[in-house]
Amino acid sequence: MEFGFTSEQEMLRKSVREFAEAEIKPKVQHMDETAEVPRDVIEKMAKLGFMGVLVPHEFGGLGGGHVSRTIMLEEIGRVSAAMANTLQVIHLGISPIVTDGSPEQKAKWLPILARGEKLSTFGITEPVGGSDILGIQTTAKREGDEYVINGRKCFITNSHLAGVFGIVAKTGEGSKGLTAFVVQSDYPGFRPGREEHKVGLRGCNTGELIFQNCRVPKENVIGKEGDGLKIAIGAISNVGRPGITSGALGIIRSCLEEAVAYSKQRVLYGKPISELQAIQWKLTDIYMDYEASRLLTYHSAWLRDKGERCDSENAMAKFWATEGAVRCAQKTIEIFGAYGCMRELAPQRLLRDAELFLSGAGTSEVMRLLMARKALTMA
Amino acid sequence: MPPVDSIVCVKPVPDSHYWSQLTLDAATKTLRREGIPSILNPLDKHALEEALRIKEKFGGKVTAISMAPLTAINNLKEAIAIGADEALLLSDKSFAGGDTLATSYVLSAAIKKLGRFDLIICGNKSLDAGSGQVGPEIAEFLGIAHMTHVTKLDFLGEGHIRLERALEHGYMTAEARTPILLSVIKEINIPRHIPLMRISNAAQAEVRVWTSKDLDIDSSLIGLSGSPTRVLDLFLPEMKRRGEMIDGTPETASKLLVQRLRELGVM
Repeated sequence: MEFGFTSEQEMLRKSVREFAEAEIKPKVQHMDETAEVPRDVIEKMAKLGFMGVLVPHEFGGLGGGHVSRTIMLEEIGRVSAAMANTLQVIHLGISPIVTDGSPEQKAKWLPILARGEKLSTFGITEPVGGSDILGIQTTAKREGDEYVINGRKCFITNSHLAGVFGIVAKTGEGSKGLTAFVVQSDYPGFRPGREEHKVGLRGCNTGELIFQNCRVPKENVIGKEGDGLKIAIGAISNVGRPGITSGALGIIRSCLEEAVAYSKQRVLYGKPISELQAIQWKLTDIYMDYEASRLLTYHSAWLRDKGERCDSENAMAKFWATEGAVRCAQKTIEIFGAYGCMRELAPQRLLRDAELFLSGAGTSEVMRLLMARKALTMA
Repeated sequence: MPPVDSIVCVKPVPDSHYWSQLTLDAATKTLRREGIPSILNPLDKHALEEALRIKEKFGGKVTAISMAPLTAINNLKEAIAIGADEALLLSDKSFAGGDTLATSYVLSAAIKKLGRFDLIICGNKSLDAGSGQVGPEIAEFLGIAHMTHVTKLDFLGEGHIRLERALEHGYMTAEARTPILLSVIKEINIPRHIPLMRISNAAQAEVRVWTSKDLDIDSSLIGLSGSPTRVLDLFLPEMKRRGEMIDGTPETASKLLVQRLRELGVM
């Protein structure tokens, strides 16, 4: 059993942490106040290679694997959960091309996506719901060498930033009735729709994708017609869900650091409040949530890197880290007292950001369903 | 312009995020660094950045060099990840405890052995000890010119540079010939972030390690015993608050206050 990181992974953590502290941290307050997307930060991340962590070397990526990606997203999430989510959804959008794309699709899109020349996303959720994938209503009808797509996706991260992205649309009925496509934002008939105003993850763009007779070449089908459900579930389980988990882990880490630093510095009754047992209990609760979430998150990433199936582990990590992030942010606010509710300080933002992670890539209830499938095999 | 070969001196220093965990060892009069993660001295990153910019303009080789314990291999790998072509660590028990003179003696002996170079670039001072002496002392041992507090560097032609350095109340522009040693301050540039693509190769890169046996040095001039500096005491300043009431009218009270501040040496 080996619980340590390699020196390469340690160097990655240090590099990403330094980047996040130097380039993202100064923007966090402005992002939260205005919800503006810091495009310059995204460009800098692209130049340094952040987008291509899961893209193989031969297509210009880092070929880094899921543990490396988790390190990257935890460190960015520690400073800004909004930027972690922006980045993780870029990885999510790229992943179906990596796992199921044809050689031509890989050669055409992976290099520009790995370099961040085009940003990405993956559109599944519709107004009728997200986790009920078979219930989606967007259709893709074959006409000659093209598919004509009609419908509307909502709550899509990077909706207004993405240049090359994946979507799932109905090409038939039942579990083989869904197909995944690569769409470019410059295709006629596509436009981003409304932009959402969220209480958390502000500075991370979320909105609609609208398809009105959007014509997509048949070469853009990922895998085969009818593979859409499998591809969507694979991408969400192995990339989208762990991406949110890693961002939530970053929030918990931030809660721990904020709460410890504040409690050591805040003096009441003649001594720092960190010396009061009532405060220490809250600090240890946050610390436990951090360590437990960390073990679950990195363990599932490690399983994925070994090529093992880990849907239940991904669900458990997502459940624990996102619910933990909400708990820890609440406790951090309690330790800060009234200061915790002030817009100038981090704790209230951490809570608002954590709330957004609860529903993304499946609610806690859906995570329980996924875990139950494995739990029921235990005897 | 022919290529320019640069040697960049780098030092691992305790990560400032962990300074609250640093303690003093009263017996050896040193900082206890065990368990405190180390980082590249921040100004040394500016030195490395300048060397990399020169390399990108004119070609040449950038060598990072450090005298430190073996754990510094990771710091030197970071220098390679940032962009250095190669790295050299000088590490030997006999080097331990050296002051600036003993340290610069060892570094200069290694630089002599490395052979030809155009520039040696250092951070102006380190985050931990902060003496700012090692750079100039290396230059003296090598018998070359040096400039400290450098804020700008341009090549006018082969072996001919113009540089700007910060003075207390202004700037000085100077021209000089290479080889020369420059100590830079943070105004000179903004260091780059590590391109993630370089991390994988840097982590596997070979960092050469030289011990005292690899160098032509006088063993009486190295380490603690070879250091003329003696640390007499090392202590944390005691911070105390104390109140003092001054009575009287505003006029008399203010006079008494000024008198008291003068006595305390504040005014």
